[in-house]
Amino acid sequence: MEFKRVEITEEAAEIVEKLKQQHGEVIFHQSGGCCDGSSPMLLPKEDFYIDDNDIFLGEVSGVPFYMSHDQFEYWKHTHLTVDLTNGRGASFSLEIPLGKRFIIRSRLLKEEEISYLNKKEG
Amino acid sequence: MNYSKPKFKEKYGNFINGKFEAPDDGEYFENHSPIDNKLLAKYPRSKESDVKKAIEAANNAKDAWGKTSVAERSTILNKIADVIEANLNEFAQMETADNGKAIRETVNADVPLAVDHFRYFASVIRAEEGSASELNENTVSLIIREPLGVVAQIIPWNFPLLMLAWKVAPALASGNCVVLKPAEQTPASATFLAEKIGDLLPPGVFNVIHGFGPEAGKPLASSGKVDKVAFTGETTTGQLIMQYASKNLNPVTMELGGKSPNVFFSSIMDHDDDFLDKCIEGAVLFAFNQGEVCTAPSRLLIQEDIYDAFIEKVIARTEAIKMGDPFDMNTMMGAQASNDQHEKILSYIEIGKEEGAEVLTGGGAKKLDGDLSNGFYIQPTILKGHNKMRVFQEEIFGPVVAVCTFKDEAEAIEIANDTLYGLGAGVWTRDAHQLYQIPRAIKAGRVWVNCYHDYPAHAPFGGYKKSGFGRENHLMMLNHYRQTKNMLISYDKKKLGFF
Repeated sequence: MEFKRVEITEEAAEIVEKLKQQHGEVIFHQSGGCCDGSSPMLLPKEDFYIDDNDIFLGEVSGVPFYMSHDQFEYWKHTHLTVDLTNGRGASFSLEIPLGKRFIIRSRLLKEEEISYLNKKEG
Repeated sequence: MNYSKPKFKEKYGNFINGKFEAPDDGEYFENHSPIDNKLLAKYPRSKESDVKKAIEAANNAKDAWGKTSVAERSTILNKIADVIEANLNEFAQMETADNGKAIRETVNADVPLAVDHFRYFASVIRAEEGSASELNENTVSLIIREPLGVVAQIIPWNFPLLMLAWKVAPALASGNCVVLKPAEQTPASATFLAEKIGDLLPPGVFNVIHGFGPEAGKPLASSGKVDKVAFTGETTTGQLIMQYASKNLNPVTMELGGKSPNVFFSSIMDHDDDFLDKCIEGAVLFAFNQGEVCTAPSRLLIQEDIYDAFIEKVIARTEAIKMGDPFDMNTMMGAQASNDQHEKILSYIEIGKEEGAEVLTGGGAKKLDGDLSNGFYIQPTILKGHNKMRVFQEEIFGPVVAVCTFKDEAEAIEIANDTLYGLGAGVWTRDAHQLYQIPRAIKAGRVWVNCYHDYPAHAPFGGYKKSGFGRENHLMMLNHYRQTKNMLISYDKKKLGFF
């Protein structure tokens, strides 16, 4: 059985597909901090600099999902699902002009998921 | 006075070069009130061409504006303050309609603080001096401050007018022209301000562009024709804006929020007096502005020997928070600013519960009656847990506080600093030693000592760690909007002797 750290709802995946057609390669980066923080941002791949300070959590709808290492330390025991809601964010995330906003749903990882992921990630 | 939703026009324009202009492609977005989710007005969905026009207008205005005397700029800033003050109730109603916050806050805090902010910067530039150093008997170094030119400012939706004042007042005071992008959730007060003060400033000095981050924010932040970018918001967009600015080698200032600890030591319970009453309020200030404050005291740290007695009082005070029509002066807490924020807050309460946090009070959405039933309300919520939980580590930006206990000073400091952020903190004690030593040990830009959520002008505000950099709300912000010109003057008639 394969487990993942991050998954996506159908509704959110549809919007991701639409935005990929419009903007080409994109990435998710989990934001933190004020205002629209604590939400995932969908950005053009070439716009956002990813390096060793970021951790790759997996792909959703063919889009890599990243978060900064230090943030991940506090998130690593949780499973994430990228979902969609109506809303008006004030960030640079690409779905905002559609009147939609990606949102993270979280749950605790189960024991079996943790041991699988620990093995896989070494 | 009775307050109510003000009258809005059907649609508004961008404010460019002293005039209101329709967006080039004629597209607008709808701005709804979070109070009842009803349409307020339409604002331009600007694109790159609109942004370019605003930047060009600012560039055309910058030389003349940069040469105005401080007396002239000071007079204009004072006039701006007077205009906001004269329209205080209109601004307050607009802010409440647009953001959802309670009218008692906009009337008593947001708008008066914005007025004072313009007056503060009008004053300090009159009292400033450059410096002259005699380096030796024939050499004098003069330091003169010069404006950067054109400043791009991207502001948030939690205090739309006040955050505008924090950014616009020092930028104008130091002789810059501004292109401002308000948050798309709260475009109203910046537009209203442009209507009221447009004729006080030369065309192009103050420009307001509406629109979405990826469409209007990006061309503004990445433009090679602005000389600085100032941003308040979250960390990913902060990094993105810094990357854009790095291409132009532009300076930036960033205010990116926090997860501020509010620390209560045993001695607060030594007496049942006014100070204890103030401490209880200090803990409940997590609900101020619906918790939508970068410095919200969202982690409550209580010394374990007073925990039971103190939290009981904090819960009782929290449960006394009156929610209702934000236009009612008795309402203490209004609506969250948007549906997605409302959803996000609820999802955090859920993960908190799943991680094992105990809900001491609140714990869900709040349903109000009538028109308000479509608004975005959350019950003030206290979650008990430990500092490694996600609700202790991430900015929820809602009326949710995470509480834990500590044994002694060392543990209080350790927990307080166990966070990625460092914007605000609170320390409450009757112990004179703790009053100094604990604030010094907490890694945050602002530590309130025996108070919280006070934002007077002339008290610098800004972050440590991932909370950003730059210090607003103080005259030191002037230098974040200026260059340093050094004139090194020789009064020696003799040559160096090298050639």
